[in-house]
Amino acid sequence: MLKSRSFRAGIHPPGSKITAGKPIEKAKIPPFITVLLHQHAGAPCKPLVKRGDEVKAGQKIGDSDSFSSAPVHSSISGIVKEISTQLSPTGREVQGILIESDGRDEWVRMEKINPEKASKREIIARIREAGIVGLGGGYPTHVKLSPKKGKEIDTLILNGAECESYVTADHRVMLEHSEKVVKGMKIIMKVVEAERGFIGIEDNKRDAITRMREVVEREGDKRIEVIPLKTKYPQGEQGILVKAILNREKPSGGHLYDTGAIVQNVSTAKATYDAVYEGIPLVERVVTVTGDVKEPKNLLARIGTSFRELIGECGGYKGEVGKILKGGLMGGIAQWRDDVPVIKNTNCILVLNRGKSRTPEERACIRCGTCVEVCPIGLIPTILGKLAVEGRFEECMEYHIQDCMGCGSCTYVCPSKIPIAQLISYGKEELKKRAG
Amino acid sequence: MPELIVSPSPHIRSDVSIEKIMYSVIIALIPTVACGVYFFGTQVINIIVACILSALFTEYLALRLMGRKFVMDGSAIITGLLLALCLPPRIPLWMAALGAAFAIAFAKCVFGGLGQNIFNPALVGRVFLMVSWPVEMTTWIMPFTYDAVTTATPLGLWKMEQIATPHINLALGNVSGCIGETSAIAILIGGVFLIAKRYIDWRTPLSYIATVGILMLILRQDQDPVFHILAGGLFLGAFFMATDYVTTPITREGRIIFGIGAGVIVVAIRLIGGYPEGVAFSILLMNAFTPLIDRHVKPRVYGIKRKKIFTSPVDR
Repeated sequence: MLKSRSFRAGIHPPGSKITAGKPIEKAKIPPFITVLLHQHAGAPCKPLVKRGDEVKAGQKIGDSDSFSSAPVHSSISGIVKEISTQLSPTGREVQGILIESDGRDEWVRMEKINPEKASKREIIARIREAGIVGLGGGYPTHVKLSPKKGKEIDTLILNGAECESYVTADHRVMLEHSEKVVKGMKIIMKVVEAERGFIGIEDNKRDAITRMREVVEREGDKRIEVIPLKTKYPQGEQGILVKAILNREKPSGGHLYDTGAIVQNVSTAKATYDAVYEGIPLVERVVTVTGDVKEPKNLLARIGTSFRELIGECGGYKGEVGKILKGGLMGGIAQWRDDVPVIKNTNCILVLNRGKSRTPEERACIRCGTCVEVCPIGLIPTILGKLAVEGRFEECMEYHIQDCMGCGSCTYVCPSKIPIAQLISYGKEELKKRAG
Repeated sequence: MPELIVSPSPHIRSDVSIEKIMYSVIIALIPTVACGVYFFGTQVINIIVACILSALFTEYLALRLMGRKFVMDGSAIITGLLLALCLPPRIPLWMAALGAAFAIAFAKCVFGGLGQNIFNPALVGRVFLMVSWPVEMTTWIMPFTYDAVTTATPLGLWKMEQIATPHINLALGNVSGCIGETSAIAILIGGVFLIAKRYIDWRTPLSYIATVGILMLILRQDQDPVFHILAGGLFLGAFFMATDYVTTPITREGRIIFGIGAGVIVVAIRLIGGYPEGVAFSILLMNAFTPLIDRHVKPRVYGIKRKKIFTSPVDR
């Protein structure tokens, strides 16, 4: 096997991929769901249904006039109970539609499309109509696939790195839905007119690399290549992936399009397949429910299912719960409550016991330089953090604060336990406020 | 259900702590300490203990005066220990203790404590003692001689009488000199341990030692570069003082500049200056340059092309 590609610096947090060998299980249809009207980057949706309406699984229930938005669909059949403000697992409060299940699980589907015959516009319209957003990042996919005029795209990179601790959702999708991933990838390549396609997979997932290679071989598409990547965080960050695979860099302050590459998550490719070939909108996804639950699983969950429901399906909490994360250890968002709903980019629900949830005591910086050593961007994190705390935002700019992508590697390695990444993101927020 | 803990990511921290690093440095100095005791007798232990206790007590006192909590993080122990290692083996105990107290009080705590000082405290302590008691600070004994028969260090012998000490003696440490600057091998063992643990950057000692060797080779054909690398405090300074986090550059590139700069100063002092040695001064001088180096030497940032000094037509 070829040498795995990589990037400079980075860290090796524990993998803890305890669910890697567990096949995807269909989660039970929940008694109710909460479909948030804002599950993506971009404009929120307006509800298309009202209280008391009957809805079916796959029915569009929210949309927006804005191009930079993606519609939302009901993931079960039932009755709309209320439309109210709900807590999103992103930490924001957004409007949500509460639907009670009728237990029948009746579906509506869109017409199937043959991507060979369909036009680019038709496919992009379908991707939007199916409500597809990046299943890693949550950015509306049709927007990402519509670069501004003059931006030449030559490469599509499928992100199967899954460099986060604990998360195995993409891993299982690559193993169990390999054909759909590759077919979805070909649809996207057609839409953006990419000449080449790469599937980047970290080399801790040998089985997925082998499996994807087999399928690519069988498809006989010479444009597509599976690339093993070194297991290292943050390998799955878009800009890092482009660097590792193509040795191109997103210019500072620029856009990823400027590299001529587009990055899509492997699960997004699978969702694209479902939307185009099967006419199924994005209403369910694989969520790794793991950590301190009795029986960690990879669950195929309906969007809108509450975290509590899925945790219950994994046997409930094991020990005294301290934190519940949406996502993995490095980038996960800590939750206030366990009844928040699964949204489109919820790849993992990670439960941590009290003992693992303590925030260590912060000490003085000893200038060891470890944060400098691990920063994949080449920043001097500790100085940036210090400048931000002192309110010296102008100087933060000199130290390229805007180029920080917030991976958190600096905080992870700091022997003085300084939350450097948090300080830097504070500085970025303040600068954004000042810019107006 | 119990209240959930909410905090920003990441939700995991590496197990490296200040204490872990500091105590590793202390462990790395064990071979050097052992050599010191072996060659110069048990009085060495008294000196080391005096320095460490004095350093700890001074730090405790200073932090109390500043209204701050004393934390046993191991850094004061290192300062005391390193100072002891660059003192003559028969220095009066009170003098050693005073040096350690001065180092902690005036080179560390007045700047604001751990992480804030500009100059290496142990070296400041040494220089303070040098200028205050020059005779006691240059009274050397031969190894295994337990009464103070004054003699000269290898570098002293070289400077005054152009006598070079054999390499093997320098490597093993069977020479007169400070407690910790006898055996190059013992220091190397500790240094390699810290490099392997990734607690210190190999770039600093390598660039420092290599600069001394190469410059000696180029400038003075009659001289033996290996002698200059092994003799005196170069190894101790290169592995344990030029790698002090607080007082040296934070970037890899900066550390190389630091090493080269310190190497140049050592050679200048040994060849032109009045002192036979020069390691302490070279590191202290480069400490002063550290903020400047950190200001101007930064790693290349992703997505930003480094400004090229030379551009070839191909680049256009």
